[in-house]
This record gives sequence, structure tokens and C-alpha cells, in this order.
Amino acid sequence: MGKYLEMIRIRFLMMLAYRTNYYTGILIYSINIGAYYFLWNAIYSGKSEIEGLSAVQMTTYVAVSWMARAFYFNNIDREMAMEIKEGKVAVELIRPYSYMVMKTMQGLGEGIFRLFFFSLPGMVIVALIFPMEFSGDAATWGLFGLSILLSFMINTQLNLLTGITTFFLYNNAGLIRAKRVIIELLSGLLLPISFFPLWAQDVMRFLPFQGISYIPSMIFTEGFTGQEALQGIFTQAVWVILLVFPVRLLWIAAKKRLVIQGG
Amino acid sequence: MFYVTMFFQYIGQYMKTRLEYRTDLVVEIFSDLLSQAINLVFILVVFGHTDLLNGWTRDEIIFIYGFFLVPYALFSAFFNIWDFNERYIVKGELDRILTRPVHSLFQVILERMELESLFGACTGLIVMFYAGSRLGLELSWYDPILFLLFVLGGALVYAGIFVMLACISFWADARTSIMPMMYNIGNYGRYPVDIYNKAIRFILTWILPFAFVGVYPAAFFLGREEWYSYSFLTPVIGLLFFFLSVLVWNKGVQKYSGAGN
Repeated sequence: MGKYLEMIRIRFLMMLAYRTNYYTGILIYSINIGAYYFLWNAIYSGKSEIEGLSAVQMTTYVAVSWMARAFYFNNIDREMAMEIKEGKVAVELIRPYSYMVMKTMQGLGEGIFRLFFFSLPGMVIVALIFPMEFSGDAATWGLFGLSILLSFMINTQLNLLTGITTFFLYNNAGLIRAKRVIIELLSGLLLPISFFPLWAQDVMRFLPFQGISYIPSMIFTEGFTGQEALQGIFTQAVWVILLVFPVRLLWIAAKKRLVIQGG
Repeated sequence: MFYVTMFFQYIGQYMKTRLEYRTDLVVEIFSDLLSQAINLVFILVVFGHTDLLNGWTRDEIIFIYGFFLVPYALFSAFFNIWDFNERYIVKGELDRILTRPVHSLFQVILERMELESLFGACTGLIVMFYAGSRLGLELSWYDPILFLLFVLGGALVYAGIFVMLACISFWADARTSIMPMMYNIGNYGRYPVDIYNKAIRFILTWILPFAFVGVYPAAFFLGREEWYSYSFLTPVIGLLFFFLSVLVWNKGVQKYSGAGN
């Protein structure tokens, strides 16, 4: 366990060394939030609420979705693809730790860094620019914290899955990009899942993506409260457990296919 | 004439390298299509809850998005210079470029082209024809000519802005994240500018004129007469910004002193 904690720490310190890159990151996310803020305002003009969300709640939803994304988003799929292509993965496999857990821990180190140096200051900045509503209820904040931790788990597992496919496809840059776009839409980052037509909502209920952005953001904006919030977190937890199986199976299959050229 | 032959030489070489990895090419085109589809889905879902976006109907917004895709495809096929700093300045590749008897910007553009992005133009045309037929728009004899002019103008607006940003590397060595930021600002041009506040509208018209890539030219084909004067400005703004960017580039190349050895 100690060695994994150390991995989180090292990645955190590594990110800290390059922190200036993140100031522009905050600006980019704020620009995105701004675009959606104006768009949603035009959509809401004259309506007090759509699908149970008011215009202010919607702005909060957009802002918190983007800022939470800074926490759960990572590029470990791209890093894995790189390590596999360059053959570094061979060395990783003989080291006394699990490669999958190691990648997850690095992602977590990165996530924790961005939570403190990106999400939190970013949220303060956008809250100063755009009208937003924050819950005063400690329980909401607690549930939200738990919920984004589970978002991180689900997103990381999907990244691991995409990363492992490099063993089979050799070049999967296109797949990685496709995965990112699909998650943007189906996770509820661009618009809440409750806005979709009913048939689409029925399909999305059976997919893991809603656990990445929709559930935590709804908890934060208090679109989900009490029972609904707990149910959302339960759904996320179920997906975290379910996704362990495909990750493990694909990883075992991949190790069998491993081709190392030279040494 | 020399430049035209050069252009086709480069395209020939490019085709050879790309067709070597066909599956990757197919997946890349597919993921491009996917992200365009997702933007359309966004518009469709949003209009499930409202009839008008500041006076614009669903099909008009779709038409604007379709139009935007065409100049944007041209731009991303030929002006893929977002990593100019790392690739050419930091690694010193520009030295190689400067020893050759062809204009440096022309070479950089050709070396970095990504022709598969042109598929986006097909998507754009299909989307425009779909939305146009639902709106009952009619084609006049001058429409295709103006369309070409506006598309070129829009692509040049994008090109001008990004070439100027690339030029920053001639003066400042530090790596900046201005390029990705600009891509995000560019997305503002996909929607009617009248949904933004006055300051942003002014910026999108005169300072970072992304509105000339989407709404302004598209408004002409939609018969929105209040925007006509802006529509006809599109090629002018495009040429102006691109011309400026070439001037800045030439100045920058003179200033360039190599990456050392």
C-alpha cells in the first residue's frame, strides 16, 4: 500500500513543478463555461425552468461539470499507449507492483493536484463572473465529494480499457479521441441527461457514462436530493465494481499478446 | 506556377504516407464525424425544449453549424500549425525550412497538412442542404460563387489568427497554451453572435473575428437582411487578417535566430 501512496505523492509533486500550465487551463475552461452560459441563457429566455432546473441552477451545473472534469479527467490512456508503443511496458511488468493500480494511482495524484490548483480556484473565478448558487448543506457537499471520487474511478477504468487496446490495435489515437467525445456527450457534461428524449434516457440509464458527470453535478446543484442522490451514488458504486471485470480480463488477454521487440 | 507543382508534389507524398496506415486513417475520419455528430445532437436536444434561440429557429442554427464546418475543414486541413513552437522553433526544424527556396510559411503549411479533415466539408455541405431544404431556401445562380468567397474568407480568418499566434514563438521562446484557448474561443462563432453580450460580440467581430466563419456569412444564405453588410465583409476581413499575418510572419522570420546547436 505504501508504495502506491508514494506514487500519488510523486505524481502530485511532478504536476506541481509544471503548475504554470494550469493557469491557462483555468482560462480555457472558463471560456467554455462562458460559451455555454450565454447559450443556456438564450435557451432559457422567458422560461423559469426546464426539466426541473432553473437558469441559475443550469449555470451552476455547467460550471461544476467542467471543474469536476478537471479532477476526474486524465490522460493515462494516452500514456499507456505511449509506454506500450515504446516498449517501456516490459520493464513495468517485471517491477513488483500492479501496472493497472500504478496507472490509477498516477491518475489520482494528478487528479488531487488539479482539484486544488485548478478546480477550486477555477470555481471561485467563475462564481465571481457568472451568477451561481451554492448549497449551504454540508450533506450535499459530502455526497458530492463521494460522488466525484466514484466519477474518477469510472472514468479511470474506462481509460485503462482504452489504454489496453493498444496491445491489440498498435495505434489507437483515433479510438482515444472517439472515446473522449462520446464521454463528453453521454456523461452529461454538455447537457444534463434529463434533457434528452425519453428513449435516449432509457438507453443511457444502462450505460456507465452518466456516473462520470451527470450524477455528481446533479447532486451539487441539488437537482438530486435525499433518496435520489443516494441512489445515484449507489449506481456509480455498482459500475465501479462491474467495470473491474472487463479491465482485468482484457489485461490478462493483453499480457498474453505482448510482443517485445529487442531488449 | 512553381508553387502549384510544389503543392501537388507535397500532396502526392502525403497520400503515400497516410495510405500506409489505413485503419488509423479510417478511425480518424470516423472520430471527426463523431464529434460533428455530437455537436448536432446537442443542437437537436436543446431545441427539444425551446422553439427559438433569440429569434433563430432550429434549422437556421443547424444551417449555421453546417456552414461553419466548411471553412473550418479547409482551415484544419491546411493550417495545422498549433504545435509550430515545439516542432519548428524548439527543435530547430525551421533552420531546414529556411535553407530552401520556397516561402517558409508555405512549406510549413504543406508539411503539416491533414487532408482527411476535408471530410468535414462534406459533412458541412450535407448538413446545410438538409437544413436548407427544410427551410425552403432556394439557390440562385450567384449563391455558389458567394458561397466559395465566404468559405475562403472564413478559412482565411481562422488561418490569419492562428498564423499570428504561431508568430509569437519568433519573439517569445516560452511554450504557451494560447493555441488551444483560441480553438475554444473559435467555438463561439458557431452560434448567432446576438446571444452574447456587447463586449463579446465586438471581440468576435473586430478583434478575433470568428463570427465571420459562421453566423455572418451564413446569415446571407438564410436571407437575414439585417446582417447582409457583415456577410459581404467576410472575404475582406479574411484577406485583411491573412495579409496581416503574413506580414507578421515575414518580420518574425527576419528576427528568428535559430535554436542554437
